Amino acid sequence: MSEGVAPGGRVESGMPLLEVHDLVVHHGQLRALSGISLRVYPGEVYAIIGANGAGKSTLLRTIAGLHHPTGGSIVYDGKNVTGVRPDKRATAGIVMVPEGRRLFPSLTLEENLKVGATYARPGPWTIGQVYDLFPWMKERRNQRTAQMSGGEQQSVAIGRALVANPRVLLLDELSLGLAPVIVQRIYGMLPQILASGVTVLLVEQDVSQAMRVATHLQCLLEGRTTLEGRPSDVTAEEVEAAYFGMGSSTSVDAKSPVRSAPDVEGGEA
Amino acid sequence: MAWVNAVIQGILTGGLYALFACGLSLMFGVMKVVNLAHGDLATVAGYVGVGVIAATHVPFLWSVPIVVAIMAVLGYVLQRSLLQAAISRGELITLIVTFGLSIVIENGLLQFFTANTRGIGTGSSLISASFSIGSQITIAWLDVVIFGLAIVVLLGLQYFLSGSKYGRLIRAVADDREAAQLSGADYRHVFGIAAAVAFATVALAGISYGMTTVIDPTSGTDTILLFAFAAVVIGGLGSLWGTLIGGIVLGVAQQIGAQINISDELLAGYIVFLAVLVIRPQGLTARRSES
Repeated sequence: MSEGVAPGGRVESGMPLLEVHDLVVHHGQLRALSGISLRVYPGEVYAIIGANGAGKSTLLRTIAGLHHPTGGSIVYDGKNVTGVRPDKRATAGIVMVPEGRRLFPSLTLEENLKVGATYARPGPWTIGQVYDLFPWMKERRNQRTAQMSGGEQQSVAIGRALVANPRVLLLDELSLGLAPVIVQRIYGMLPQILASGVTVLLVEQDVSQAMRVATHLQCLLEGRTTLEGRPSDVTAEEVEAAYFGMGSSTSVDAKSPVRSAPDVEGGEA
Repeated sequence: MAWVNAVIQGILTGGLYALFACGLSLMFGVMKVVNLAHGDLATVAGYVGVGVIAATHVPFLWSVPIVVAIMAVLGYVLQRSLLQAAISRGELITLIVTFGLSIVIENGLLQFFTANTRGIGTGSSLISASFSIGSQITIAWLDVVIFGLAIVVLLGLQYFLSGSKYGRLIRAVADDREAAQLSGADYRHVFGIAAAVAFATVALAGISYGMTTVIDPTSGTDTILLFAFAAVVIGGLGSLWGTLIGGIVLGVAQQIGAQINISDELLAGYIVFLAVLVIRPQGLTARRSES
């Protein structure tokens, strides 16, 4: 429930594995993130929630290196990685499952996993381990992923990220376009992934799903943090207010009580 | 019998055209680069072959791997520098850059090698040897060897792309550059490898062309590039074996055209090329459907 640091974390529990300081990101003229900060400790499941266009995916993509921030910094394992290329971040252990799966359609299932394993760090995850986690994959490993269902593709995308042996696994909108039953099943794999020592930072539009799995919660609204805390410490009303930006301000950030900045609201294309 | 002969000669010429085309197809399939300097680079390879033999006096067969290696390195370097810089600025810029590169190469070759034609001396009787079937069909051994080389190159490419680590990465990067980066692959390096492989085939195309006929500084654009384009379009963009089908169709059309009237050789080839563009723009080999 209110367990902050899960067992099996390989780093000293006192030091965050991933730190984001005052991150500002622009998409052209649009300001998508206006000073986001967060700290992810080893073994955590850190969930970012928020409505469409809140800047969640932008935040995750910036941490993965796909967007260049206009301000702020990203520190991973004590090292500043703000200017590091996405492929270097992946080989260092920050691996993302991108929104919309983004599998390689002309490759077979197994080839997709092999690409993920090409530049893998040493670690517990192998293609065989992924087949153990998702037993259906073994029989269908020579199929093209384009013929598979959304849930199956999402599983392959997770497998492709796992075989790289990430230390921080970034999950971008796992539930997008999937039936609730499938979403449940995919999130059901999370304990096994955590047990292997992986730390998870996820973005989720489905708040109840995020509340169920997260050890720490952060809500974004129009590129700003509106709520932060453990799921057990926040009430449903607080989350609702933070999510939609209604009622009394629950902002933890005292510097920006109201939306006073003249920026255009952050939106995702 | 003359018609049968035309078809046989056309098929054999198709092998040479497939050699011209497969590098162009690979560069387009992976990097989305339409390399207008493709033919000129093949000519460069021909001149490098001439130069290597003249400078080192190695036997012809030894010069082939040397030229292939030189061109592969050139491909990697060119991709990582000029072409990568162009790619990050957009597709139109890439087209213009390769067009400029083509002009620079042609004029550079004119400057250094004059407009005189050159042939690649194999130093063996193979270049002129032939065998006959019946009284009307005479087949040059050189054409058979080049056709065989084309098959070997295509088989090698297929094996490389489907079976090797870099082949897999090349296909992954061609599918989704960003997703490949998220798996730790530096797509620019993978592009470089793909260009090295494409340039290796360009080297073989240039040497083969220099053996069957003679090269001059303009043969790259006048002949090799146009035939390569025609073969790729007829066979189907992005399809490896399609380049062989396209090459054969183009070769047969040209030979049949020449059989009708010797001056119709090129015209017949381009009529088929245009007909395919109109009737079946995706090419003769069925391409897998992509979004």
